[in-house]
Amino acid sequence: MVLIYIDHSEKEIKKSSHEAIFYGAAIAKQLGCSAEALILGTVNDDLTALGKLGASKVHQLNNESLNSFDAKVHASLIATAASNLNAEVIVFAHNINGKAIAPAVAVKLDAGIVTGACSLPNLQNGFEVTKTVFSGKAFANIKIETPKKVIAINQNSFGIQNYESSATIVELNIPIPAASVKVTHVNKINGEIPLTEANLVVSGGRGLKGPENWGILLDLAKALGAATACSRPVSDTDWRPHHEHVGQTGIQIAPNLYIAIGISGAIQHLAGVNRSKTIVVINKDPEAPFFKAADYGVVGDAFEVVPAFTAAILKMKHNE
Amino acid sequence: MNILVCISKTPDTTAKIAFTEGNTKFDENGVQWIINPYDEWYSLVRAIEIKEKDPTTNIHLITVGGPEAEPIIRKALALGGDEAIRVNSNSNDSYVIAQQIAAIAKQGSYDLIMTGKETIDYNSACIGSMLSAILDLPYVSLANHLEVNGNTATIQREIEGGEETNEVILPMIISCQKGMAEQRIPNMRGIMAARTKPLKVVEPIATNAHTSIKEFSLPPAKTGVKLIAPDQMDELVKLLKEEAKVI
Repeated sequence: MVLIYIDHSEKEIKKSSHEAIFYGAAIAKQLGCSAEALILGTVNDDLTALGKLGASKVHQLNNESLNSFDAKVHASLIATAASNLNAEVIVFAHNINGKAIAPAVAVKLDAGIVTGACSLPNLQNGFEVTKTVFSGKAFANIKIETPKKVIAINQNSFGIQNYESSATIVELNIPIPAASVKVTHVNKINGEIPLTEANLVVSGGRGLKGPENWGILLDLAKALGAATACSRPVSDTDWRPHHEHVGQTGIQIAPNLYIAIGISGAIQHLAGVNRSKTIVVINKDPEAPFFKAADYGVVGDAFEVVPAFTAAILKMKHNE
Repeated sequence: MNILVCISKTPDTTAKIAFTEGNTKFDENGVQWIINPYDEWYSLVRAIEIKEKDPTTNIHLITVGGPEAEPIIRKALALGGDEAIRVNSNSNDSYVIAQQIAAIAKQGSYDLIMTGKETIDYNSACIGSMLSAILDLPYVSLANHLEVNGNTATIQREIEGGEETNEVILPMIISCQKGMAEQRIPNMRGIMAARTKPLKVVEPIATNAHTSIKEFSLPPAKTGVKLIAPDQMDELVKLLKEEAKVI
């Protein structure tokens, strides 16, 4: 059986977990077994609807205290559930919480793990999974040598389709260990799309000349419904908050559309964004290295191009 | 307080990524090695800042690697580590590496074990989480702020679209990222002192790898950029909608 861990926050299942379920269900098909999901805590989502993503059952440990994340407690409960249910493959989203617990679960189950996976396993010579390495500059095929396997799938790398099916909910009964982490404060920036979950990202670099010029970028992001990001020099000089920094030493993202404005495209920046499906580069320097990695390019002054781009998008949306 | 800082050797961020031996090994030809930036800039420097506030703090460094890792560990000593341990193993399996670090951690009484959020070569982000399972300790990942008060750590960690503050009773494991501290450059006094600081080499414990790397590959090159004139933004929107189908 393939067991998929469902991550959630503020009573809502994360988008990356939807993808993980669909990915886990595809592995279950390869292996000829069932795909079942595991959720710790409570959400407002209809869990039976996870059948549409391929989960035949959803095992739920229905306890409000688990809505607050504690890596040690969550890893221990997932490992116990996976053992009790005799799961062969355990799938996580390679998101913030997945990174914190998937490797611990692998240790507890004596399972080999691949994190940052970006393909279905190849079963021709055992069990090989492709993952991104060198911050997205290359791939590695990793063979998992153990009978049990843990895979954490990169966000936005597999996609989702819907089946006509619904899942049954099974209540789990596992004693909950004592908390090891006390969450004392949560600071969520409301109305902002989390960068790692965003399909569309608009990003700015030093070419915008100063934080006071970010308005044109924010307008474009708003018109598209996109998240905002920036290059390292921009976050280092505090023009934009650190959590917006994408690149080798920042966040690595793979949205459907990445729009880079006034970013030259240094190798370290490209490492963080080159898995994006479509890249648009707006830069006044035709020699900017980013154009080599782009699908669409506009050589021009950002202060003229970006407002015109925004207007064109609003016009298109208005005509829809 | 005793802190164990995990140090990994990685290729420089500008290193050319190429492979050899039938795409089974990273081509180290001409590669400059550095301390993994997350280990150095955030985890090690924050440990040093803690020691600067409380000079009774001991900072021990650990690396799992061959003799070629020694310049890296000497640099970490020059920045401000007190002593270092190198486990003489060249594994690239996270589980094996975590087992080696855990074996050393069990011999010391560390209040805090610090790692970077991930290495910039394999990007596995596994070591901290694995250590928490092997050592049965609390773990907070992707931390961008850490204060220690007595036996309590107050940590800010990244969550989707924000931050969360956690309180944890030591001992614990923490993985560090941007925001935690600022990059430093070792000074001459540090470099001189590092030459005589203890660097102990120990042989690895026996443990089986759970994974092996079969083949590396490079992403396919982009087919070429389609240029759109700055006054043709309707055309760009049309291409994104109808050709790329992303909006």
